[in-house]
Amino acid sequence: MTPYECGEIPVGSAWSNFNVRFYVVSLVFIIFDVEGALMFPVAAVFKKFNEIGEGGVLLGSLLLFIVVLVMGVVYCWKKGDLDWVRSFQVSEEELARQQEG
Amino acid sequence: MNETIVSYLSQFESSEKLIASINQGLGFDATGIVVFVTFFIAAFIMVNLLAAVGGLGTYAERKISADIQMRQGPNRVGPYGILQFLADGVKMILKEDVIPAASDKVLFTLAPLLAIIGVFSTIAVLPWSSGLTLTNLNMGVVYLIGVGSLVGVAVFLGGYSSNSKWSMLGGMRGASQIISYEVPVTLSVIAIVLMSGGLSFNTLVESQGGWPHQWYVLHNPFTFIGFFVFFIGMLAETNRAPFDLPEAESELVSGYHTEYTGMRFAFFALAEYVEVFVLCAICASLFLGGYKVPLDLGTGKLFIEKMGVPAVIGKNVGQFLQLGSIVTKTIILYYVVIWVRWTLPRLRVDQLMTLCWKYLTPIALFNLIGVAIWMYAFEGHSVWELLASLGGGHGGGHH
Repeated sequence: MTPYECGEIPVGSAWSNFNVRFYVVSLVFIIFDVEGALMFPVAAVFKKFNEIGEGGVLLGSLLLFIVVLVMGVVYCWKKGDLDWVRSFQVSEEELARQQEG
Repeated sequence: MNETIVSYLSQFESSEKLIASINQGLGFDATGIVVFVTFFIAAFIMVNLLAAVGGLGTYAERKISADIQMRQGPNRVGPYGILQFLADGVKMILKEDVIPAASDKVLFTLAPLLAIIGVFSTIAVLPWSSGLTLTNLNMGVVYLIGVGSLVGVAVFLGGYSSNSKWSMLGGMRGASQIISYEVPVTLSVIAIVLMSGGLSFNTLVESQGGWPHQWYVLHNPFTFIGFFVFFIGMLAETNRAPFDLPEAESELVSGYHTEYTGMRFAFFALAEYVEVFVLCAICASLFLGGYKVPLDLGTGKLFIEKMGVPAVIGKNVGQFLQLGSIVTKTIILYYVVIWVRWTLPRLRVDQLMTLCWKYLTPIALFNLIGVAIWMYAFEGHSVWELLASLGGGHGGGHH
């Protein structure tokens, strides 16, 4: 019997340790979900503000908000949290550094 | 002000007369009770109709898949096998209800109920016509996204409580997939809300027009992409192929509902098919003009004023035209969903996550920014209106 996908051992109770990737995904999701909830009110009044010529204020705040968010995505992406299969192989430079230290 | 189907019915004289006669018969003011009973009956009919639609969905799925694979499909029960879903339902009820001994029994029984509740609560805000809406909640979109998330909880609970490795894997995959794809879907919905300036479904639909060029999908390039983002996210949220990893039969037997039998399994299956139908209807209302009919036929003004039809008949004919409009769009989308299922191969779990987080979410964010800038720069005019004002040269086209 070999361990199944996500490192699951086929025999025994299903309530055991599980792949941490699912946990990371749900953490990233919470950020985006809260952000979606916060953007709904702005989106709902955008048209009215636009009609009285105040749309620029909302557009600016929306853009600022999204830019902060995009920075978060870029950070997650760089850290590799968006990759499902993460490479744990250490690069040669890092290996050399570790051996030195 | 929340409009309901009751407020639509109460504009006709006959309903006033009915309430008056009931009041007279009972001897006290029973308007509240009558309204409640009317609303209850309407909700009851809607829920049962949707359940029947879910059943017919399984039939359509099998018949269309048979057609695509050049088979016959179900053809024994009833004419063209159309009663197959009733036979399946009877079989499901008669099956033994097995609850695994090692499972978490409370959660195991709760999960299918949550799936059913989550899906059937969404029909409360679906706009089938301008009158036939159970309730036009003034933040219907937020309600819908919130209630729709219950299905994700149900999938995860079903997988977790079964205490089986296959169920556990299926439930985990299902939960992560559903919450992941909720992000691009929500972002493309926000873009539509931004354009229509309201959160209720009637506002969203009424701000579009009857002709295809007045629909939001063809409003500007960003919403055109947004439509496809929404559609792909919709497929993934309902666990449809090519995103049916939670129930990938070649590796997980049946995924999160492996351990379910009888009626509980039927609840999961029914919830899935009804959810596909509901999401197709939502997609039609958000992007494809919903219940709007060309030439403003939906309000019945043309019949009443030009053709001299009585107001009661004219208005109701308009309602039926609107109903036909949205149901046609929904069924076409439903067909596309089934077609996609039998055309594309299943994705791998890492491809699934890459598609969501590295493609759809950035595209949806880009779309949202694009729509906001478009609304600000062109004051909400669509591409066609701008082209008309450019070409015609008489300023603002037909506006």
